[in-house]
Amino acid sequence: MVRVLVPSGALGLNYDAEALQRGIAAKPDIIAIDGGSTDSGPSYLGRGVSKYARASTKLEWAGLMAARAEAGVPLVIGTAGTCGADSAVDWMLDITREIAQDQGTPLKVAVLRSSQDPDRIAQSFEGGEITPLAGAPEITSETIRACSNIVALAGAEQIAAALETGADVIIAGRTTDTAIIAALPLMHDCHAGAAWHGAKIGECGALCATNPQSGVIMIDFDATGFTVTPLADGAHASPHTVSAHMLYENSDPFILYEPGGHLDVTVATYTALDETSVRVEGSAWLPSDRYTVKLEGARPAGARTVVMALLRDPHYVAQASVWADDIVAKCSAKVLQRMDITAADFSLEIRLMGHSASFGALETRTADPVEIGVIGIITAPTEAQAAEIGKLLNPYLLHHPLTQEEEQPTFAFLFSPPEMHQGVIYEFALNHVLHLTDPMEAFQLEVIDLA
Amino acid sequence: MPELRSLVTKVRSKNAGPFWLTIDIFCGSNDAYKQVCSGLGTSHVAGVFKADTQTIKRFDIPDLNVVKFSLPRPTVQGAIGDRDMHGASWAALIGELVI
Repeated sequence: MVRVLVPSGALGLNYDAEALQRGIAAKPDIIAIDGGSTDSGPSYLGRGVSKYARASTKLEWAGLMAARAEAGVPLVIGTAGTCGADSAVDWMLDITREIAQDQGTPLKVAVLRSSQDPDRIAQSFEGGEITPLAGAPEITSETIRACSNIVALAGAEQIAAALETGADVIIAGRTTDTAIIAALPLMHDCHAGAAWHGAKIGECGALCATNPQSGVIMIDFDATGFTVTPLADGAHASPHTVSAHMLYENSDPFILYEPGGHLDVTVATYTALDETSVRVEGSAWLPSDRYTVKLEGARPAGARTVVMALLRDPHYVAQASVWADDIVAKCSAKVLQRMDITAADFSLEIRLMGHSASFGALETRTADPVEIGVIGIITAPTEAQAAEIGKLLNPYLLHHPLTQEEEQPTFAFLFSPPEMHQGVIYEFALNHVLHLTDPMEAFQLEVIDLA
Repeated sequence: MPELRSLVTKVRSKNAGPFWLTIDIFCGSNDAYKQVCSGLGTSHVAGVFKADTQTIKRFDIPDLNVVKFSLPRPTVQGAIGDRDMHGASWAALIGELVI
């Protein structure tokens, strides 16, 4: 049997310290936590940075490192620093080094790097070793070379290689959410379907149970299945909460693709062992003919400036979309007249909060709002151009009248200046897999002794 | 003619990666599940997104009393035209469908 302790769905989201202690007392074989996701959008991968505060990451990681020392088992983080790019892995390694010094414990750290050289990936693309997944954007070698960061999602094989170094702490770059949990059970010949299925159930921590904010869960893997147990006071897993978790953020609730094969849980059975724990059996792992890893890439998509204003005058609130459309038309024309830029180079949009900002033309409801938040969103090739268009938009958002006949209105600006500059923005560019002959060929493993 | 949300426990939508959106309708009872299965066509959901019905995957899951739909994201997550980074707002439009 292999016992995996999962402190929470992501480092930076906090965990229940008392429940963690309960998990340590239960003598786990490994502590595994996810450090990231694409869910917060392309900017983190584009810039290679973490979404969470360094202070939270350090505090929570220090707690896990202390728990690891007490348990005497490996601690592994996957997708370190939100995006799992090398720069985020180095950030996590720095934090680990500081904590090791504070805690005064010698530490063997294995670092698994997942970043890919865009030139190498472009060559692989030209060589036919990259295949699109469903819904993938059309790409060219240039798309790939334009990416500021590309990562490959490591699977269980690469995490197993890191565990085999005997490291106390493993800092992994981008991995699948499940690989860090599935790796050790697979190394110990636990049921492969159960290893991946239990990992999927556990990857969001206690989200598969009641009281999902409590974080900590324990999963026991063996030769026929797995058992999941949430550890916080008042948290319960039931066959319903556990099986329903397969729905979460999955386009297919029965099939999950991983490097080297896929999981099929169509005939899995979920049985309540008591009020807290659920036993799952019958999941199947189907190895694939070729070993592939998924790629994620983000590339710069220009620079963005945002301008905000507020409409409260009932006359303007009632006709806000007419007003906004007129501003977009007039301001766009002025941009083309006064700046050295073409229409294809920039985007100018106004979204009306409290009116139609959520769905735009797909909104089905109308109401009579008290006020409307006006968000002007400008994207242009450079930060200077985006800022300049923001300045051209500014007088419209302050004074634009619905008709020439009426007195010049003045709307509310929240700030001086009202323009906010987001700098370079990014877009996801890849939804593809890379074919590998050796699972380690796209990844680098380094062992570092911290004295 | 009730709104879907008045029949079910919860409608949830969420990214399934940057390129897909998934919608989970937790019906809460077998009666509600049957009503949703028969009353909510895939084409209704396609209509909400102005999407091609062919691109929508549907899963009717009686064990959970859940009906699930997955479709290519209306705009790729974080693209210039995207309005909701996590894709969670769409649940409101689905919940307001009259069935």
